Amino acid sequence: MATSPALADNARSTGAPPPGAAGRVQSWVRRLRSGDEVAHLLTLIFAATIFLVTVLLVYELYRNSALPRHKFGWWFFVTSTWDPVFENFGALPFMYGTVVTSAVCLLIAVPLGVGGAIFLAELAPPRISGALTFAIELLAAVPSVIYGLLGIFLLVPLLRNVVEPFLKSRLGFLPLFQGPMYGVGFLAAGLVLAVMVVPFVLSVSREVLLAVPGDQREAALALGATRWEATWKVVVPYAKGGIFGSIFLALARALGETMAVTMVIGNDPKIKASLFAPGYSIAAVIANEFTEATGDLHVQALIELGLVLFILTFIINGLARLLILATTARGTEHA
Amino acid sequence: MKNLSNRTLRLVAIVGAVLVGFSLYPVPTSPVPPADRLQINGAGATFPYPIYSKWFDEYHKAHPDVEINYQSIGSGGGIRQLLAGTVDFGASDGPMTDEQLGQAKIKVLHFPTVLGADVPTYNVPGVTVELNFTPEVLAGIFLGKITKWNDPELAKANSGVSLPGNDIIVVHRSDGSGTTYIWTDYLSKVSDDWKTHVGRNTSVNWPVGLGGKGNEGVSGLVKQTPNSLGYVELIYAIQNHMPYGRVRNASGKFVKADLASVTAAAASVSGEMPADFRVSITNASGKNAYPISSFTWLLIPNKIDDQRKKQALTNFLRWMMTDGQKFCEALAYAPLPKAVVAKEMEAISRID
Repeated sequence: MATSPALADNARSTGAPPPGAAGRVQSWVRRLRSGDEVAHLLTLIFAATIFLVTVLLVYELYRNSALPRHKFGWWFFVTSTWDPVFENFGALPFMYGTVVTSAVCLLIAVPLGVGGAIFLAELAPPRISGALTFAIELLAAVPSVIYGLLGIFLLVPLLRNVVEPFLKSRLGFLPLFQGPMYGVGFLAAGLVLAVMVVPFVLSVSREVLLAVPGDQREAALALGATRWEATWKVVVPYAKGGIFGSIFLALARALGETMAVTMVIGNDPKIKASLFAPGYSIAAVIANEFTEATGDLHVQALIELGLVLFILTFIINGLARLLILATTARGTEHA
Repeated sequence: MKNLSNRTLRLVAIVGAVLVGFSLYPVPTSPVPPADRLQINGAGATFPYPIYSKWFDEYHKAHPDVEINYQSIGSGGGIRQLLAGTVDFGASDGPMTDEQLGQAKIKVLHFPTVLGADVPTYNVPGVTVELNFTPEVLAGIFLGKITKWNDPELAKANSGVSLPGNDIIVVHRSDGSGTTYIWTDYLSKVSDDWKTHVGRNTSVNWPVGLGGKGNEGVSGLVKQTPNSLGYVELIYAIQNHMPYGRVRNASGKFVKADLASVTAAAASVSGEMPADFRVSITNASGKNAYPISSFTWLLIPNKIDDQRKKQALTNFLRWMMTDGQKFCEALAYAPLPKAVVAKEMEAISRID
């Protein structure tokens, strides 16, 4: 045993820690040799790189949007004209479209995804659960342009001919379900997004639910809870953090999705209360106009839209995190 | 344990077999060694991409020492990259503006290469005949002033056709495109209202309508949406057997777009062709001219320092305007009229 140099080294160091700067260097070198310091440095570099990329991204977006920032200032956020010919640009309809489609998406995807995850993790027989999860995760691998195509050919006619007339006849008193029915619009975009993000919500939520320790369930059942009570009041609250995490992931995808949205949203930069109306999203207009934009102001206004999308994502994520903090704090008080 | 090592062995065997297979596969050898091959890079418009890639391919076959690479990144990108000096030539569906030329550090020459056109396509239940559109009707519909299919102006141009009283659903391109440039350029010429309120560009602030991405997006929306009207590129309409309407030209005749009527539009303005070829041929006056037609241009710097590159590019331009034009019709592009070719041949000598 004593022949191993590393162990001998170890024994020396525990016996008498070398004092002073020389000692610190020596112990650093030792940790370097044993791999700790290398791992520490490497992971630090990786983390710093990701952070640096984010900072650079924001800096480049900021730097390359100087023209519209100076010309429109804060008006960029509150005006709703987008006119490349007369070079008048406002971001409001695109921000509105991005938020509305993401909201519709989450309203549909969260109950579906979380509900499905609860079934697959807690209630379904393991064999079925595995097979179904595999099928649902396949959905996440489908390219977004395919979702867009299916949206155009299947969803849009269905919405125009069946769903929208039905909603209008039953809920037409709400401003949300009024106006002409084109099929394309906020509702179609929100629905396509929902189908796209459900696999994220479901598969992450299921993993989190499966990771809840078995004794939590057993304790609840032992106290006389029914199967559902144990699931809903013990297991789901235990997994809440992870479930919210899956919803964030879904939200990020919904806010930034380009191709599928532009194919079904109608691409009309107007703010309408009705979900039937055509709209536009930030990511969609950038993808649509960037390649053929010739004027400097037009190009830079599109880049500023990229910055706006970044800020919007930042704010929405921040708000959602605050919401979690608030609800989690209340939960612990109860307990 | 034994199982695992078996699997590993099998994997190694498969990978090995694939690698051996690749090494046995004959690598196509070029008669010209790579070092002597001249690479010319271009970027720009997507509309002429099929004919350009055909030309560059054919030219490379005839001249193995010259290889022309073209990236269809869009007209705007083509102009920007040319001015930044990252490509040897650009391509655009709309001519560069005076402002852009003024800001450019290099002088840029325009060379028309082929012709394209936009056609109005529609889906009106019960109407199977080709509809006639006057310039006033098209402008009125796209401005949102004519809203019903049985509007008196539309009915007047289509006597004998029973048009429904439904709302017209306008469909336009949502992505910036040369197709939109041609369409809005035409509407700007035939309607002062359009010119002052909307204008011409690759993307505009549309008064009404739904946006579809690409020709396929517009045609998809039109096919699906009853009572809709949109515009697509002529080539796209021909290749996809889409119905499209006739448009009344400047001499009062309703003309259906085809390769002949598009070339006729170019021929009718070749007399007053400006020296720099930056000309719009929409609303051309020729008797058989289809009014929503346009050139697409190659953008070449007037000074090319690399003599070999200059020689190769000018040779290519000459070839494109003579032998190259015969590839146009197979790909449904309208060829240049002879008068324009003659003028361009002269202009090639301006490349220094």
